[in-house]
Amino acid sequence: MEVKKYRLSSLTLPFTGLLGFLAIWSLFSSIPGVNLPSPLRTWEASRLYILSPFEKRGELDQGILRFTWHSLVLVAKGYSLALLIGTPLGFILGISRVFQRSFDPMIQILRPVSPLAWLPLGLVLFQKSGPAAVFTVAICSVWPTVLNTALGVRSIPQEYLNVARVLQLSRWATIFKVMLPAAMPYIFTGYRLSLGTAWLVIVAAEMLTGSPGVGGFLWQEYNSLIYEHIILCILTIGVVGFVLDRLMSLLQSRIQGA
Amino acid sequence: MAFLEAAGVSKGFLSRRRWVPVIENADLAIERGEFVAIVGFSGSGKSTLISLLAGLSRPDRGAIRMEGRLVASPGPDRAVVFQNYALLPWLSVGENVSLAVDRVFQGQPPEERERRTETFLELVKLRDARHKKPAQLSGGMRQRVAVARALAMDPRVLLLDEPLGALDAMTRSVLQGEIARIWEADRKTVVLITNDVEEGMLLADRIVPLTAGPGATLGPSFPVPFPRPRIRKVLERNPEFKGLRLRIEEFLLISRRERPAAGTSSRLLVEVEQAP
Repeated sequence: MEVKKYRLSSLTLPFTGLLGFLAIWSLFSSIPGVNLPSPLRTWEASRLYILSPFEKRGELDQGILRFTWHSLVLVAKGYSLALLIGTPLGFILGISRVFQRSFDPMIQILRPVSPLAWLPLGLVLFQKSGPAAVFTVAICSVWPTVLNTALGVRSIPQEYLNVARVLQLSRWATIFKVMLPAAMPYIFTGYRLSLGTAWLVIVAAEMLTGSPGVGGFLWQEYNSLIYEHIILCILTIGVVGFVLDRLMSLLQSRIQGA
Repeated sequence: MAFLEAAGVSKGFLSRRRWVPVIENADLAIERGEFVAIVGFSGSGKSTLISLLAGLSRPDRGAIRMEGRLVASPGPDRAVVFQNYALLPWLSVGENVSLAVDRVFQGQPPEERERRTETFLELVKLRDARHKKPAQLSGGMRQRVAVARALAMDPRVLLLDEPLGALDAMTRSVLQGEIARIWEADRKTVVLITNDVEEGMLLADRIVPLTAGPGATLGPSFPVPFPRPRIRKVLERNPEFKGLRLRIEEFLLISRRERPAAGTSSRLLVEVEQAP
């Protein structure tokens, strides 16, 4: 009985919320003078993009999942780079007081810099929009990984390290068999936050460079005054971000739960 | 020369620029095959003492020697069963034990090491739990894993740091029985740290009280003469047993009341030894 009730509300409540959201959206769009397309018009204008999501009609006229794919490829590159650099960096910051003291101020200064500020530097450095976007994604999404890994390493219980010492494990065995697994929950939290940041950044990077992808599409449609597609892009970005986060948390519980 | 000895060992730490001694001028001599219990109140520096003996920390003054050689670093010949078990939570029970076995018996073939892990899980009656994670076990079972891991290393000294402190009374007395059984089987040198006088008396050959800290030191030895196996119910009715417990407890209480400035402990020692 209880279970049934729970199931029911876990379906009906989000649905009710969605309806309420659509209602408010419709209401706003019906106010004269407001330039907001209604849900229905948005659907009408976006149908083609959603129903044949992988079709390519032109460089900036592609199915929405095809655009998403372009964006995800760039994210994957930048994000992998961020993890490859961020994990060892965070690890060293975590074990070495000296390192921590020397580099922490630098990190605190670089961390809050907006992707919009990094991108031009990337363009200057790499001359091309693709690598510049990857660079921007990497440098913006590296910080959560660095900081959480460092925190994770610092929070390793002394008793685990004592076990390693009593067993006289070698330096590498201590790192791979004791320290990394012990810090894993923190490291994974860092990875998850980094992925969220990477996805935020790619949209901004594409908007500025005009490369094909969800962000690039969004910006182009803004310039072509097709406002319905702006909403389509916003919803797509949200859904993809949500799915990525769920996937990460699934992976996390898979790794730690088993 | 004793098998394991501490000579004039002191250890302290800095707190707000003031030196706080934890252990001061402690002497201890343990023979090979002896089971010694060090009994003291919580906060008296018991864990500090065990990590000094293990080599996990170095004394500020004095020296720890094993067979005459200075103990400078931890090693698998001095296995420690830590207070909160210190099992690695991402490894299964079997993997926790085999981590130690694989390290200590590197030279042996894998089947041999596998068998060894198996044997020691069997010894603590945990073969069926082999593939479980520590989080799935009760406190008593986790403690058994920790004991198995330590014994599987075939250490020359087993250091038990309040191994049963976190357990309920029932589990505690069951595990006391098991520790006694395991010890009688191979008579390793054991140092048990506990805050339970009776536990020490049930298990050890000799009890060494640790006076109340800060600046704790080791008191005189109280030999425990009762034959094994020691059965709690029987011994509790033995007036000699009660008398010994009383003397040890009294020593600990007095040492607490008279916060030992350096030197008082030896005076106490005389007083108590003359007590009836």
